[in-house]
Amino acid sequence: MAAPTAMHQGMQSCGVCGLLSRPSLEPGVRRCPRCDEILSFRKPNSIQRTWAFLLAAAVCYVPANVLPVLTTTTATGSESDTIMQGVVLLWSPSGWPLSIIVLVASILIPSAKIIALAYLLVSVQRNSLANNERRLRLYRTVEFIGRWSMVDVFVDTFTAALIQLQPLMSVEPGPGLFFFAAVVVLTMLAVESFDPRLIWDATSAQEVGYG
Amino acid sequence: MYNEPLSDPSLIGCPHCDLLQRLPQLPPGASARCPRCNEELWRHKQDALNRTVALSLGAAILYLVANSVPMLGLTIVGRSASTTVIGGAEHLWQEGPRLVAALVMLTAVIAPALQIGFMLAIAFGAHQERPRRWVGILLRFYPTTRVWSMIEVMMLGVLVALVKIADYATVIPGLALFVLGALIFLLAAMQANFDARDVWNRIEWARDGTHLSSENAQMVGQEN
Repeated sequence: MAAPTAMHQGMQSCGVCGLLSRPSLEPGVRRCPRCDEILSFRKPNSIQRTWAFLLAAAVCYVPANVLPVLTTTTATGSESDTIMQGVVLLWSPSGWPLSIIVLVASILIPSAKIIALAYLLVSVQRNSLANNERRLRLYRTVEFIGRWSMVDVFVDTFTAALIQLQPLMSVEPGPGLFFFAAVVVLTMLAVESFDPRLIWDATSAQEVGYG
Repeated sequence: MYNEPLSDPSLIGCPHCDLLQRLPQLPPGASARCPRCNEELWRHKQDALNRTVALSLGAAILYLVANSVPMLGLTIVGRSASTTVIGGAEHLWQEGPRLVAALVMLTAVIAPALQIGFMLAIAFGAHQERPRRWVGILLRFYPTTRVWSMIEVMMLGVLVALVKIADYATVIPGLALFVLGALIFLLAAMQANFDARDVWNRIEWARDGTHLSSENAQMVGQEN
């Protein structure tokens, strides 16, 4: 019998140390004999957990973009900026590359991440057989670039920490920053809970003849 | 309850597509990829432990310097201000959302410290022929410290902030900024030279007495 995956052969691959091992027939929690990690064939409740983190991130995405992330107070008054307004403010003949960096890191990456993960989840739930390689590459890309959306959190943190020149000028973080940071963390947790092996499972099942 | 290891330790399941396959013996410097999904399964690093020790020691020193000197300063109409990495998080803790301050602290200060410290301890501990259990425990949590350690992202954020502030005031890049720049390269090199698989292959097992002896291997082999 063609048996392409470890799961079809009843073997569990350890996500921490990579050891392949065979669970005994008795019930109970399975552990990796080498590194003590709790084992299962696939990450437990991967799809539900990823959806939960993803929906939470999508909900936070709205206030993250609508509420101000920075409030600047000068002698003449105070002004609040959202992320998008920050991008526009940075746009100048010399500053436009940074403006683009913030636009990509803070607006494009988080939204692309949410859309990409939703697509991966739906395709797995529909037992899609197509584009396995491309879907896996999408997952790896999302995993790799996700951290860069933290850029804006650092920009706002250090701008606010430095510009404390009362009464001349001071900058304080706004409520949008919390939601924005929440989007970054929640999408990172969503990526972490998604099990990429699910992408190939429908194809593997068909190859072995269960499909 | 511990799983039963296989008789053939070169059998593995691809972490990205679960394809069952045999990992070939690789000469140092070579790497193996999954034939189905192209995931890199193992890269046999050359002289991995010594290089890892050297690079992580260097990273530890740079880390300490980067966190004890100012990173950014400014002057405006005779007034000046400066901040360290921790100072930025501290200000946010007082004025802004505390959870965000904690996140900045975690990603810019705590996780990098753990990442470097863990790697240093692992590389030292792995010099033994059969590394002890504690090495495995650190190695198990090392990837998490790596995911949340975001010095390179912070660096980009600081540069953007610097340009932003330059509109209002004269910015003074601090020593820490340059040290952090060097640290980013050291961390990348440290990561690239470390061979986790080599350490796992030699480590003391969590389940006592499962050091696959030849008898033991035969027994498991018959089961298949």
